[in-house]
Amino acid sequence: MSATASQNSYQAQELIAKDIDAYLIQHQHKSLLRFITCGSVDDGKSTLIGRLLYDSKMIFEDQLATLEADSKRLGTQGQEIDFALLVDGLAAEREQGITIDVAYRFFSTDKRKFIVADTPGHEQYTRNMVTGASTADLAVILIDARKGVLTQTRRHSYLVHLIGIRNIVLAVNKMDLIGYDEAKYDAIVADYRGFAASIGITDFVAMPISGFKGDNITTRSAHTPWYTGVPLMEHLETVVLDVTADQAKPFRMPVQWVNRPNLDFRGFSGLISSGTVRPGDAIRVLPSGKTSTVSRIVIAPGPSGRSDLDIAVAGQSVTICFADEIDCSRGDVIASAGDPPQVADQFETTLVWMSDEALLPGRAYWLKLATQTLTATVQHPKYQINVNTMEHLAAKTLELNAIGVATLSTDRPIVFEAYVANRQLGGFILIDKISNATVAVGMLHFSLRRSQNVHWQALDISRERHAKLKNQRPAVLWFTGLSGAGKSTIANLVEKKLSRMNRHTFLLDGDNVRHGLNRDLGFTDADRVENIRRVGEVAKLMTDAGLIVITAFISPFRAERQMVREMMDHGEFIEIHIDTPLADAEARDVKGLYKKARAGKLANFTGIDSPYEAPLEPEIRVNTREMTADQAAQHIVDVLLLNE
Amino acid sequence: MSQTLTHLERLEAESIHILREVVSETERPVMLYSVGKDSAVMLHLARKAFYPSPPPFPLLHVDTTWKFKAMYELRDRMARESGMELLVYHNPEAAARGINPFDHGSLHTDMWKTEGLKQALDKYAFDAAFGGARRDEEKSRAKERIFSFRSVSHRWDPKHQRPEVWNIYNARKAKGESIRVFPISNWTELDIWQYIHLENIPIVPLYFAAPRPTVWRNGLLLMVDDDRFPLREGEVPEIKSIRFRTLGCYPLTGAVESTAATLPEVIQEMLLTTTSERQGRAIDHDQAASMEKKKQEGYF
Repeated sequence: MSATASQNSYQAQELIAKDIDAYLIQHQHKSLLRFITCGSVDDGKSTLIGRLLYDSKMIFEDQLATLEADSKRLGTQGQEIDFALLVDGLAAEREQGITIDVAYRFFSTDKRKFIVADTPGHEQYTRNMVTGASTADLAVILIDARKGVLTQTRRHSYLVHLIGIRNIVLAVNKMDLIGYDEAKYDAIVADYRGFAASIGITDFVAMPISGFKGDNITTRSAHTPWYTGVPLMEHLETVVLDVTADQAKPFRMPVQWVNRPNLDFRGFSGLISSGTVRPGDAIRVLPSGKTSTVSRIVIAPGPSGRSDLDIAVAGQSVTICFADEIDCSRGDVIASAGDPPQVADQFETTLVWMSDEALLPGRAYWLKLATQTLTATVQHPKYQINVNTMEHLAAKTLELNAIGVATLSTDRPIVFEAYVANRQLGGFILIDKISNATVAVGMLHFSLRRSQNVHWQALDISRERHAKLKNQRPAVLWFTGLSGAGKSTIANLVEKKLSRMNRHTFLLDGDNVRHGLNRDLGFTDADRVENIRRVGEVAKLMTDAGLIVITAFISPFRAERQMVREMMDHGEFIEIHIDTPLADAEARDVKGLYKKARAGKLANFTGIDSPYEAPLEPEIRVNTREMTADQAAQHIVDVLLLNE
Repeated sequence: MSQTLTHLERLEAESIHILREVVSETERPVMLYSVGKDSAVMLHLARKAFYPSPPPFPLLHVDTTWKFKAMYELRDRMARESGMELLVYHNPEAAARGINPFDHGSLHTDMWKTEGLKQALDKYAFDAAFGGARRDEEKSRAKERIFSFRSVSHRWDPKHQRPEVWNIYNARKAKGESIRVFPISNWTELDIWQYIHLENIPIVPLYFAAPRPTVWRNGLLLMVDDDRFPLREGEVPEIKSIRFRTLGCYPLTGAVESTAATLPEVIQEMLLTTTSERQGRAIDHDQAASMEKKKQEGYF
């Protein structure tokens, strides 16, 4: 027991003995820090927590007597006290000497109350670690000084970062076993810093400790004079928590329960997830979008007898009444009228798979997000993350403990926010419909369909009217083919011919669009997909306006051309394959791009190091070895007019 | 404008959220009410959660017939004041066989409490039961989820608990399975006392010191609460100023000698004491890892 800790405890004991009312007031106003400890098996997590409990005087005499007896019988520390026995609760764990589930411990000092989640080190229990991390404000990542950064250290750090914990302590434990070697400590911290930066952890506090010997736990250790930081307990007591950050965000409250004791009272109960609310505030109920005004914020009367609040803030459980009778039920979200969250039904998500039964893409799972429960399906993962190297790996499914990114669709629109902006409206679980097991934990990043906040506005001038005024049938002439195949040349001729026939046309050219609308996109597969999606949406709007749209894009992937085809009305999409052999296109090389690509100066070039998927059944195929550009253009115009 | 919530305000909001989730997502919830201080806080939170409605579930007291008289009095009063239905269940087999704590040791707890609870839950077909257990009480409690699943035969499987993330609870279950829900999981003994103090929550007067008739048995200071207490030859109950830190069956619950007659004094004594809360209960001393074993068998 260190001198400082004794003194602190002594002062508290003295206050308790002398003036219990003053102590109670002090205790009542303490803040709360929830943290997790994680690290590999045998890194000494349980020992460290036992030590924190012991040093904060949370161990009673009878527990200490049991501990001393157990230490002699079961302990791994010879005749010394084995603190791990204080927290290794389940009989199965005692036998195996490992921690297999999350355990919550409670202690307090004069400054703060603490809830610590002791999370397991075994890889197969990643799901328990995610459980512990999801409610934590801070993470203590333990490293065994003899072993350095291990696979598990990386996995846990990544999970901690993924869950969104921004306060990280790197505790290099068992310093006593490496002779308090500063150089070895520095090397471990440098190693970790490199890894941490690679996954986006920009800030952490490192400290050399020994949970077993008590070095740098409550006081600075004499064994590490080179360490200039504060001891662990002091850091936990003083680290700045942004507890009011959620209150500064826009108001949101997922509705849990409708409170209707009689015809005169109708209130909506929930836990405020962000922002503040006052009587008189304008609110909007989502997904319906109906608006009203807050008339009352009701809580049960306290000893003072008052049962209404003038203001309620994020973190409080309240019941809200509206000035108007509008529909609102469990699953709805009450939000600030002027700044509501989004509503959508398709999302990019990160999933942590938690079940022995692997993800089945396309299977219907229950999704629970805040108080909304509905059916969701997951597409094939875009990739799985190798938590050791942070590489993106191709994956057909996600197995137990795998982490991956995948598109998720819900059977009806849900109210959500990005996980980074609001944990309650961005975090969700997936439940197997047969076994009822929680199979995955997920985080929403953004919606993929632009349905967010956008409702179809009924317009008086219809697309048919637009087309009729122009005396033509709208269409999309979609040119596809290799770079240099002649798409732009032929497309340009087609437009000239149509223009002479008084047809209203517009030519969307690949190069031109990339100067403006798609200036932010590159040439990776993902960017190519987005490039085509945007062009498809623009073409769709133009056909709504009654135009004949001509597009000239390489558009190398079948899936995206199919996607655009499905956006259009039946028969409007005319796919034109400008079929030029690679050798011909490369021989022409009008822009000198093939030369650059062959020299390795241009990456992801279609036909060279990026694939071109030729159309299987295009409406029109133009063989440029058999016809001239003008012949091809005339052929296309003929087919189009036949179509009218 | 922002305001910092105290740890008690955060705990209260969390507990109320849990109570409302269970009511929204299960068919027949019930609150197990043992009349102790933890039950008192849990009931108080339920009344707050659903105000101005009464809590939309009944109270269930699985009785052993051996509780302190003062507990029965408070139980009936609280049921009246809360406007909730009170169900009292006695295991008919234990009653028929005259099972009692003096003659039957741990069988008393097994039959009246563990078996009695299973029978009561089956009888009324409750699919969710609130309990007042706290994670700081005991090592195996520290690992239990807030939503804790029980098989059709009421067993707990600590190795297959569902992950419980953020404040999203998965309450789905198959027919016949049930959930035990612990809304005050994250409260400590000090939090409970301080909340009772701040909210002025009624508790059994036995928590406060008063002169009471006592005898020593097996290292426990027991109170002679009624004439069913079999005194040994020549044994005369001694009047001592005592109070209880935890309440159960009176012949199994040890008192402490004390003069703490007000809540702040009780809290003061608790903070200055050097033994843990459950030591006053005979049940935990039966065998190593006794609580974990009892829980797997269905003890709350």
